[in-house]
Amino acid sequence: MKAVTSFLRKPIASAIVAIAIGFAVAAVVLAAAGYDPAASFAALFSGALGKPKYIANVFIKATPILLTGVAVAFAFQTGLFNIGAEGQYILGTILSSIVGIMVDLPPIIEIPLVVLSGVLGGALLGAFIGFLKAKFGIHEVITSIMTNWIMLYLCNFVVGSNTFHKPNSTSALPINPSAYTMILPNWKKSPEGMAALDNIPWLKEVLLKTDLNMGFIVAAIVAVLAGILLARTKLGFKLRAVGHNKDAAHFSGINVDRSIITCMLISGAICGLAGALNITGISPHTITLLAAQEGYGFNGLSVAFIAGCSTVGCIPSSLLFAGLLYGGMTVQQVMGAPSDIINIMIGTIVFFTALPGITPILANWIDKRRASKADALLAAEAASATGDTPREQAAEDLVTDASNNVEQEA
Amino acid sequence: MLTNLLLLIGITLMYSTPLVFGALGGVISERSGVTNIGIEGMMVIGAIAGAATSYFTNNPWIAFLVAGLSGGLVALLHAVASVSFAADQTVSGVAINLLAPGIALFVCRRLFDGAAMTPIVAKLPKIFGESAFAGTAYAGLNLNITTVLALVATLAVWFVLYKTKWGLRVRAVGEHPAAADTLGINVYKTRYICVILSGVFAGFGGASMTIAIISQFTQTAISGHGFIALAAVIFGKWTPQGAYGACLLFGCTQALTILLGGGSFPVPSTILAMLPYAMTIIVLILFVGRSAAPKADGVPYIKGSR
Repeated sequence: MKAVTSFLRKPIASAIVAIAIGFAVAAVVLAAAGYDPAASFAALFSGALGKPKYIANVFIKATPILLTGVAVAFAFQTGLFNIGAEGQYILGTILSSIVGIMVDLPPIIEIPLVVLSGVLGGALLGAFIGFLKAKFGIHEVITSIMTNWIMLYLCNFVVGSNTFHKPNSTSALPINPSAYTMILPNWKKSPEGMAALDNIPWLKEVLLKTDLNMGFIVAAIVAVLAGILLARTKLGFKLRAVGHNKDAAHFSGINVDRSIITCMLISGAICGLAGALNITGISPHTITLLAAQEGYGFNGLSVAFIAGCSTVGCIPSSLLFAGLLYGGMTVQQVMGAPSDIINIMIGTIVFFTALPGITPILANWIDKRRASKADALLAAEAASATGDTPREQAAEDLVTDASNNVEQEA
Repeated sequence: MLTNLLLLIGITLMYSTPLVFGALGGVISERSGVTNIGIEGMMVIGAIAGAATSYFTNNPWIAFLVAGLSGGLVALLHAVASVSFAADQTVSGVAINLLAPGIALFVCRRLFDGAAMTPIVAKLPKIFGESAFAGTAYAGLNLNITTVLALVATLAVWFVLYKTKWGLRVRAVGEHPAAADTLGINVYKTRYICVILSGVFAGFGGASMTIAIISQFTQTAISGHGFIALAAVIFGKWTPQGAYGACLLFGCTQALTILLGGGSFPVPSTILAMLPYAMTIIVLILFVGRSAAPKADGVPYIKGSR
């Protein structure tokens, strides 16, 4: 029991409990709507993990939301709410598409160039939002929401422009193949590559049927670096100090305005990277007409919050999230249940991660019950007055360690 | 010229109505100290509840009320999380925004054979009846009844917040809950009421889109309106009248976009579409100083903490 209560006091416990509740709520909703929950979940899991190519696709889907998640978590830890990840992502895709279309160099230069232009786009937009907050006191939430829409229309403008539009399509021209970041793009389609892959069926499936690319590895490295930057460097300390108490930071000589701009610049750059990696990594390798927000930014919010705004925690949470979204499509195909059930599930999970107090409360409650049980036991012992010392001693131990736990928590 | 001007006014008021309701919800909730990012989700719930009820009862007024109640019900979730459990209000609000469209579409697909939209439903009346002034320059002035309700609601919220004892208490709770508590004001109860009210208003906002402007629920009926309403709250410095003005400004730029786009104006429509959003930022830079949020906005109140 002690192991249980001490586990419940760890932050990860709330995430696990939240995920369990998410599945439970989804099961209830499915059952109420007349679908078999067990079969639906089976479809969900087989849709996300059933074949090697599904797993590869989960990693591909996780890449952009891992990065936007890291961007949101990074900003959140420094007291800023970057709801503009979506716009910064879109500007990243726009700039890397433009550079990728206009410039054709050997991959060793082309790839960094295209990726960095996307990063630059996101960073500039992020810094702009930070600048408006620092200089004019305009709330970052307003500018973020407005720039999300402006970037959506900018994307549509570029797609529709004479220079970049691909005739008879709803997308822009694809970028030059020298900027592609899939794993072994040419080798896997060459005769010798095919021959070699024939011996390893799962690898063949993954490489040939998906756009498996370098993105997730890069994203995971960024997640770790962002965590180190925040927790272990002077800059990270300054940024967090401003987030905790702007005035105190100001009085201790930190340039608050610059700190806000820096933070948004970094957060935006990470979103821009997400956009750039999607352009270089997956087909159609260009921007397309957007009818509505694609949700990379908003999914990033969920990823960050499920991870408790830990940048490294975004790695598992983005995989969970991508798995649910990708497997959710199978639920609709196999069961006929609306795939919106996945959004209900994810919403529930995020909702319960918002209640971090819930598992410690549960732990305290268990401890209190144990304490009162032990009390009752002691009273019974005293009443019967048989003086069974070992049992009494055990009960006493139970009481003291339970009350210690309660005190620690308080 | 006159026709265009009247049309501009008409479209402005029409577009701003759902935003006004959403923004009023935001004002009430935030003045009591609870950040409400979830307005968007509550509007979506109001939108589906309104459209579905109107379809099944054929009575748009009942539908309007049901929309408000459903919005309030979703807001109750936010209230439980942010008031009773002292949860992170931003996270809880974001969760509502994920949850609500999921529920709305799930319900919609269940009720209407897998379609992500409802059939055409009965609409709320216009103030001068359905076809008054049709074909004349004044047609734009035949406003939706919801537009009038939005203005009435704004005045009501202003009156309650600034001219009644309860309004003073709400503002006190939003500025300094501990001080309010020592004076015998029930902080938790006040916040619960305000958050639920904010959901009711957001629900009205959603319904004023689906059963007044367009006459059906679609997946994109509410797309970002809640967030723009949220921006209007901040823009309007957390006052009902300010938020109303901000919504009008936004509606006006949107109307301009439509009027200019219809003419022979030599600007691509995508650039025109940016106008409302760019204009908001420019106006904020030029005219609005530092935003002054209620002091305790977004801070959970825990009795006895300092």
